[in-house]
Amino acid sequence: MTYSTGEIWGIIILMGIGTYLIRFSFLGIIGDRKMPDWVLRHLRYTPVAVLPGLVAPLVLWPDATNGDIDPARLVAAFVTLGFAWWRKSLLWGVFAGMTTVLTLQALLS
Amino acid sequence: MTSTTTKSAFRKGVIAGSPFFFVAAPFSMLFGVLATEAGLDLWQIMGFSIVVVAGSAQFTAIQLMTDDAPVWIVVAAALAVNLRMAMYSASLQPHLGRAKLWQRALIAYVNFDQSYAVSIAEYENQPDRPVSEKVAFFMGSVVVICPTWYVFTLVGALAGSTIPDAWALDFVMPVLFLSLVGPMLKTLAHVLAALTSIVVALLLSGLPSGVGLLLAAFAAMAVGAEVERRMGRP
Repeated sequence: MTYSTGEIWGIIILMGIGTYLIRFSFLGIIGDRKMPDWVLRHLRYTPVAVLPGLVAPLVLWPDATNGDIDPARLVAAFVTLGFAWWRKSLLWGVFAGMTTVLTLQALLS
Repeated sequence: MTSTTTKSAFRKGVIAGSPFFFVAAPFSMLFGVLATEAGLDLWQIMGFSIVVVAGSAQFTAIQLMTDDAPVWIVVAAALAVNLRMAMYSASLQPHLGRAKLWQRALIAYVNFDQSYAVSIAEYENQPDRPVSEKVAFFMGSVVVICPTWYVFTLVGALAGSTIPDAWALDFVMPVLFLSLVGPMLKTLAHVLAALTSIVVALLLSGLPSGVGLLLAAFAAMAVGAEVERRMGRP
């Protein structure tokens, strides 16, 4: 990380203002006006549109192995996703994923 | 906020929101740990958790900052993760739109995934409750998780530098993101949006840090919305 202190605070404050405005957006409007359907339809997919793309290179080309594919991490990624989906739970996913990667790393090394 | 019914609505909110302690505590602690590892100082880490208060976006920012992405990319990607909250805001509006401005302004600050989920469920069960009770319920639902978020970020930040490398901490971030995504894959449209995001992000990974991700996110949103439009709302 090579940011100046000012840049880091800039990120924090811009994210804070932006997040607040997003949260306030429609609550700020008085009355019963509704948002157009096509907007809602796009907003529904924002987290599944950003997070998988963020995570894919981290899983496939981890920094810890200098970008080489690591079987332990790859398997653990699928186990994590599967568990989180099956149990509908963040914590189950993290627990299953970290247990898998640590176990496989111990076995393979 | 003095009548018995508003008090009991507040209490009901506290009860509905407190189990999320078990999500917020480890999640925010992890943020403290990973942000410390990434090189932020204590004030900056607490700044994130107090000014932004949005887990997934905070982790997204830290990940992109580790890759030295340009400032505007970090902010844009993190805010894109938070765009879903505009949807929360829109769906709360019919219930809370008539509340006082300061109440709505305060609720906007604590409009998290968890408080939104329990409150909208309550409002849909009891749509005819007065606005004051609906406001009280929402406030109650964050009484536990909001301070938990601050305090456990601090705990994580203080513990951060003492954690041994053998714990594969670099992999906690991917595992966390995948665990966030898993429960969201509710329909074919969500699954196809996620796949689009992965494929486009990998194809464009040669672009400057984060640019490919933003393009992938736009493509994935369009795919999700289009699949939903063709198949009808699930």
